[in-house]
Amino acid sequence: MITTLLYSLTGLILFGMGIFTLFIHSHPLRKILAVNVMSTGVFLILIATAYTPLGQGNIDPVPHAMVLTGIVVSVSVTALALILACRVQETSNLNLLGKKRQGRIPEESSK
Amino acid sequence: MISPIVLPLTAGLLCFLFSHKTFTIALAAALANLLAVCFLTWQLLVFGPMRCHMGGWQPPLGITLRTDGPALLMLLMTAVTGLAITLYARGYFTYRIADPRHASRHQRQQRYFWPLWMLLLAGLNGLFLSNDIFNLYVTLELIGISAASLAALSGKPVSQLASFRYLMVSLLGSLTYLLGVVFLYKSYGVLDLDILQNITTSGPGMRAALALLSVGLLLKTALFPLHFWLPPAHANALAPVSAILSALVVKGSFFLLFRFWFEVFASIVTTPALSFMGALGAIAIFWGAIQAMRQQRLKLMVAYSTVSQLGYLFIAFPLARVDGDAQVWSIVIFMALAHACAKSAMFMAAGTVFLHLGHDRIKDLSGVRASLPITVFAYGIAAVSLMGLPPSGGFIAKWMLLTSSLVSTQWWWALVIITGSLLASIYVFRVMSRFFVIPEGFAFKKPEPLSPLLEWPALALALLSLLLGLVAPWPLYILATGSTFLAQIFPGGLP
Repeated sequence: MITTLLYSLTGLILFGMGIFTLFIHSHPLRKILAVNVMSTGVFLILIATAYTPLGQGNIDPVPHAMVLTGIVVSVSVTALALILACRVQETSNLNLLGKKRQGRIPEESSK
Repeated sequence: MISPIVLPLTAGLLCFLFSHKTFTIALAAALANLLAVCFLTWQLLVFGPMRCHMGGWQPPLGITLRTDGPALLMLLMTAVTGLAITLYARGYFTYRIADPRHASRHQRQQRYFWPLWMLLLAGLNGLFLSNDIFNLYVTLELIGISAASLAALSGKPVSQLASFRYLMVSLLGSLTYLLGVVFLYKSYGVLDLDILQNITTSGPGMRAALALLSVGLLLKTALFPLHFWLPPAHANALAPVSAILSALVVKGSFFLLFRFWFEVFASIVTTPALSFMGALGAIAIFWGAIQAMRQQRLKLMVAYSTVSQLGYLFIAFPLARVDGDAQVWSIVIFMALAHACAKSAMFMAAGTVFLHLGHDRIKDLSGVRASLPITVFAYGIAAVSLMGLPPSGGFIAKWMLLTSSLVSTQWWWALVIITGSLLASIYVFRVMSRFFVIPEGFAFKKPEPLSPLLEWPALALALLSLLLGLVAPWPLYILATGSTFLAQIFPGGLP
């Protein structure tokens, strides 16, 4: 019981940290990492629900299946988010802060 | 029953394989989807609501699909609007590819549009049919991913920025939803909606789970104050994409939210919570309308109008307690149908105007009436439905809202609805009057003929939203089929 609680609380804290970073920081990479930390927190809680002490019955397989699905989704979303973030930086002199980038003028894209 | 999911999914994958026949594949899938949904409707009317256990696995473990009145109406809405959008998108891309300056860029856009649109359609159909709370999470993510990539298609820096924000918001929403699912699974150990509905008991854990699910879905539905991402993402996308996002995608998460509040967890929803949702809806109506009046660009105005119209869907929440759930279901579903038709027609019209003039600044729209009569007509009729003038679908929905707010002696909601309609007519007519003003010395140049695919789908959808008011009993009949608590749906409400 204590083990489950410990893992669940850690998961909740990770989720909260992720949300905090997502709101506070405006850099795209940090935002993407924050979302990943959030999803790790959720997965941790899910795995913790499956825990059964040794010798007291079988482990519940459903949360594992859910976490696997969640990981697949999270990987593909991260890939898409990274591509979009790169595109925004490449094609414009806007960075994701919505301000003009300081310093060098980005070269005109060839399209 | 799985065909509305499998057909678009297969078509989406085929579009990646055969990059030359994408339109044919997509059109075939959209048509087949419509046929499949019609067949399901017939089945519903004859046999009543159905359950389908995927792969033969029974509920606590397996995934269930189900059809019932509300789900089928949403499916029908998606299929019909989707077919019109498919045709419009064909015309749109053909027109843009014909322009030699950026032909290759537009060709690339078209190549990616079709598969993404088909995947989005599969996700939406899955959302409406699914009866498993985790499977719903997967469909939400499928919708989120394909919608964000569709929004980024236009390639402009602004739209890429907007769609990055859109993706982040939609991720935040679905992760919050997932946390809610985890809470539910921790307390009950089941994922099936039917079982959950039967064993739901009030308690702090349950409330927390419902709150998390709701916040996640509200983010995706863009209710005020969580609407900040919607206008830039919807207004900067390509015209067919804006129509899809505004008409269908926000409805998906809203439908889910509504189902949770009024069916699955109805026993633990409290009156203050309902009033809170209503209040947010009322603020959304005003805020969206005021912002729409201030916009300088047509597409942004239409996007803010979506924020405003979504508010009406939430006004129905506090009216449910007094009047019974039946009324609130029919109001909300009707409002969603009318808005989907009218808003997609309006975005299509805005897109055609943009193609024709090369810009969509509201103050320079003079005289469009002379060169694009059909499009302006479509815009006008869609506007009638948005304002809620009889006999449009929007009117019926607003009429039902008004009567139930007066019957339940919550007159302040009636006030909000009437003022909201007035504001809607202001922002709609601001553009309409520009269309009709022909400035002095206006050179009538013969416009190059536009493809009928650019103008007629918008008009058809607009007329559909108008006709919805005349055939109102039919959708309500489908809605009422086989659900006991909806049996007394006809008395009252209809004018």
